[in-house]
Amino acid sequence: MADEKDVILKVKDLGVKLQNQILLDNISFNVRKGTTVAILGPNGAGKTVLLRALLNRLPHTGEIEWTEKVKLGYVPQYVAVSDVPMTVKEFLSIEGCTNPETALAQVRLTDKSLLDKRLGVLSGGQLRRVLIAWALNDNPNVLLLDEPTTGVDMDSEEPIYLMLNDIKKNQKITILLITHNIHIVEEYTDDLLAINKCVTYCGPSAEIAKPEIQRQIYGEPMCVETARGEA
Amino acid sequence: MSEVIIYSVITAVFVGVSAGYLGSLMVLEKMALVGDALSHVALPGLAIGILLNFDPLVGAFAFLFASAVIIWHLQRVTKISFEALVGAMFTLALAIGILLLGDNLDALEEALFGDITQISLLHVVAGVAISIAAVFLTRLIYKKLVLAMVSEDLAISKGISVAKTNLLYLFLVSLVVAVGIQIVGTLLVGFLVIVPAIAAKNISRNMTQYAALSAVFGLASAVSGVLLASYLEQPPGPIVVVCGIVVFAVSVLINWRKKTTL
Repeated sequence: MADEKDVILKVKDLGVKLQNQILLDNISFNVRKGTTVAILGPNGAGKTVLLRALLNRLPHTGEIEWTEKVKLGYVPQYVAVSDVPMTVKEFLSIEGCTNPETALAQVRLTDKSLLDKRLGVLSGGQLRRVLIAWALNDNPNVLLLDEPTTGVDMDSEEPIYLMLNDIKKNQKITILLITHNIHIVEEYTDDLLAINKCVTYCGPSAEIAKPEIQRQIYGEPMCVETARGEA
Repeated sequence: MSEVIIYSVITAVFVGVSAGYLGSLMVLEKMALVGDALSHVALPGLAIGILLNFDPLVGAFAFLFASAVIIWHLQRVTKISFEALVGAMFTLALAIGILLLGDNLDALEEALFGDITQISLLHVVAGVAISIAAVFLTRLIYKKLVLAMVSEDLAISKGISVAKTNLLYLFLVSLVVAVGIQIVGTLLVGFLVIVPAIAAKNISRNMTQYAALSAVFGLASAVSGVLLASYLEQPPGPIVVVCGIVVFAVSVLINWRKKTTL
């Protein structure tokens, strides 16, 4: 059990209902400062809805309490950049980034010619890294990532998670990320929150290797009591 | 040079720049037809002004503003696309306008294609002031709108009120459209919003260049069209369109040349 002072986020009985449809129900979990939490669940489980609720984008019931003054950085799953003639440099400058080269170096993009390239011509991996650089621009202490390796080939996925782990350690930030990849959960995250509209598992990520935990997550929805659970 | 031509060229400069600049966002938002259709919404306002003997532009402003609010609100409530809503609104407005002006063919023609001889000093001053204000305010929200285009979630995560920003933008487009009606009429003002921007998109390397070229091409189309129309003694609307299409054709050629030399 984590010390109360180590907790950065407390979510209690969170519910989201839109157009008479329950999208999230009775979600409770805590997040420890400086950890990486994976949010896992089948399609339509409400993972993106949960991130949007944490961003205060959706009307919800229950409590979302950040225990200290947080600055959130956010990386969405999808961006529409194919038709916008905006360069990487222009994109980074939207949030007042004064040193785009350093911002890119932070996400391991060292080719300076990328700055003048349009977002629409970047590879999937480059685009995801640019989005992460953008989210890190104003020094957030919490980073929310919605499937950070969408559009990235399998070989390039792990380097992105390695990079995120380094950023977490160096900048002492807390990361909540949505993923479908069990290997990533096991290798690169500390805690796991599995949901299927309600919480189906909440605990250490290492437990995902156990078949009974996988059945609990991917089998018939079976909500677990997490009022005092730690993600 | 006659007073009317001076007035119309000054108006064309400012309307061309503002329509091109604001249009650059319309095209990116995939709302190009919204700009076009919105212009037709002014027709009933123009008709009421003509029939009740007050400045038709005031009527146009009133109808455009009201439509912008209705469309914005309906879009938020129903989640139906802007294009579909504006499409419904503009056909209704066109029908009302034609019913009101059906017996007055001269006035209808003037409203549809513009009549530059009717421009007064007051119109010029209003047109210049509105265009400057529209460009200035759009510049303030330009980055926010582009960010919302890339990802609404991303914009909201940075505390941008996307809905309010969109409403302000629709207002500003309405203003520019109302002013542009003086030169090219309701039927063709949408052209000034769309074509300079797509011409600029053909040859721009980045956003800064794209926004600037959209404004320059808007200016070039409007001014050359007005001057040529006056020389040929033709209504300016169709000539502005022809000039704009020439600009667009040149941009297509440049783009094609760039691709073939790569």
